[in-house]
Amino acid sequence: MSETPVQGAGAGAGEVLLDVQGLTKSFGGLRAVDHASLQVRRGTITGLIGPNGAGKTSLFNLITGAIQPDSGRVTFRGHDITGLPAHRIFEHRLCRTFQIPREHQSMTVLENLMLVPSHQIGERFWNVWLRPSAVRAEEERIRAQADEVLDFIDLGHLRGELAGRLSGGQKKLLELGRILMAEPELVLLDEPGAGVNRTLMQRLTDNIQYLQRERGITFLLIEHDMDLVMNVCDPVIVMSEGTKLMQGAPDEVRNDPKVLEAYLGGQYAAAEG
Amino acid sequence: MDAATLSKGIFIAVPLTLLGLKLIPLKAALRLPAAIAAGVVLGIAIVAAMPSGGMSYLVSFTTMASIYAILALGLNTQWGFNGHLNFGIAGFFAIGAFTTALFTTAEPTGVMANYTKQAFGLEAPFLVGVLAGGVVSGIIAFLIAIPVLRLRMDFLAISTIGIAEIIRLIFQNERWLANGPQPLRGIPRPLDCLVQDQGCAPGWLAWLFGPLEARDYTFIYVVIVTLALALIYVALETALRSPWGRTLRAVRDEEASAAMNGKNLTSLRIQSFVVGSVVMGLGGALYAHYTVTIDYSHFKPLFSTFIIWVMLMLGGSGNNKGAMLGAFIIWGVWSGTAFLTGLLEPTLAAIHPSLPDRSSYLRWMLVAILLAGIVLFRPQGLVPEDKVVSRFLGKIANPRRKQHSQV
Repeated sequence: MSETPVQGAGAGAGEVLLDVQGLTKSFGGLRAVDHASLQVRRGTITGLIGPNGAGKTSLFNLITGAIQPDSGRVTFRGHDITGLPAHRIFEHRLCRTFQIPREHQSMTVLENLMLVPSHQIGERFWNVWLRPSAVRAEEERIRAQADEVLDFIDLGHLRGELAGRLSGGQKKLLELGRILMAEPELVLLDEPGAGVNRTLMQRLTDNIQYLQRERGITFLLIEHDMDLVMNVCDPVIVMSEGTKLMQGAPDEVRNDPKVLEAYLGGQYAAAEG
Repeated sequence: MDAATLSKGIFIAVPLTLLGLKLIPLKAALRLPAAIAAGVVLGIAIVAAMPSGGMSYLVSFTTMASIYAILALGLNTQWGFNGHLNFGIAGFFAIGAFTTALFTTAEPTGVMANYTKQAFGLEAPFLVGVLAGGVVSGIIAFLIAIPVLRLRMDFLAISTIGIAEIIRLIFQNERWLANGPQPLRGIPRPLDCLVQDQGCAPGWLAWLFGPLEARDYTFIYVVIVTLALALIYVALETALRSPWGRTLRAVRDEEASAAMNGKNLTSLRIQSFVVGSVVMGLGGALYAHYTVTIDYSHFKPLFSTFIIWVMLMLGGSGNNKGAMLGAFIIWGVWSGTAFLTGLLEPTLAAIHPSLPDRSSYLRWMLVAILLAGIVLFRPQGLVPEDKVVSRFLGKIANPRRKQHSQV
């Protein structure tokens, strides 16, 4: 598939941060992702939409190393990260959230956050015997960082609570908090708005925009809530049947008959038209 | 009070002091003298009050329970902190025991060589043997871990049962290795000479060791085993209540999420499996030096895998204190119910004449029912796991909320 020049208004935003070329993955006879190619530019909040089963989450799984692609290439900040294990991809400062929050339920909110930074001295078990003071100093530093993040996501009052006891919305905030602990370049958000009430949704949106503006974090987000997509994302990429259908500014996407057809199926689109 | 009472009381004081160090709620500086004082007083009082039969039962009970506690600590590292369903404890238990046996015994010569065959005999000191038991167990665990830890939960359980049986069958059938189906005898007892008639105890300690007879050796071994248990507990607690333990618990809770946070799942899973197996190997080695004679039949799944699972589940998986508590309680129930089945025998005989012979199976049923009861009614065990993993954090309090925002 030849790559057409990027058309969305976000096109001029910056260099290409994530470059996906011809990514393919089959599960048995089902080709979930079929030669998908797309690019995410630095500094954008790129939306990824498409009907159920279009392969959006599978694409996320392929990019972040949760599953291995059959073919294709993923380049992030110029590094080929195709098929690397998940923890190595994280070290390139690319991280993600899950559609359903996956918190570490038997650990406190604070330690869920403190877990995140990579290469902690204390993660090697001999260091706690050999260099206890270094481990202690590091714990204090990471704790301070986690406290800041807790203030930002407004969960400070729950720092000692087990993460498994949080409400669904609070777990979403915690996911966001963990991303902040990672100091990422690019974040893949899988349906940040799913199952979240309006008020919290507004806060999540504000947080995403704030992080993009103030900290220069780039986002690629899957979302079914069209208000959120149209208000926040630029450009928007539409996926259908495992591959990229089109890309453009929110308005272009909204008015494109191909998109309507993908969502509703051919005959309905014809009837509406 | 005669000399033997004083002497035995002082030995009993060591485990009591260790217990006191854990339980007495005083500041660190005051706790040690308080624990020692309480330990010595209690120790002498217990020895003076107990009939000598009861005393030797208590000592051997504590020794065995401590060995099981070490095994339970090893399992807790694997299951409690990292979620490995290891049903092959017996294998690592056996490796530790046979390794130290081979390291510390002498290779048989002359006519004995016809009866006892073993791969080698190094006559190494006790400590070298025990450490070798841990190291060899760890190396074998590492080799097993590479293929097996790709499996999860029930599949891991099935394959570890198989591996433990393979290890036992190797020791049962390979005569050249460790005397095969025949027992391997003469595993040396550490510091045994202290209680012999021509003792090796220095003169100034004659008041302590002099009154002990050869059969009082168990008083020395209980000190060795409880000190080993305390050391292993402190070492494990330090390692597990740290960022390392936190990553293990994170992997246990939610693998995918831990991987997405940059944690190397394979490496962490192997680490916890190997560390746990080293501890099990140490436990096995201490067991060998206690029983002096070992053979393959000591390492059947019932006594060396499943009873340890019951101990950990009862005490509280994920909590090292719970693991030790569970070991003592279950071993107490197990050895305590020996009397119980004796009491039941007339009743059983009234039901059917063949039942009294089978009364010992009732004890197993009791342990199995206990396990079912724990899993159903108190899955977290007697001592639940600590909420905060890292010791470096202290308690995490929820501060009062300053302003209410709507979530």
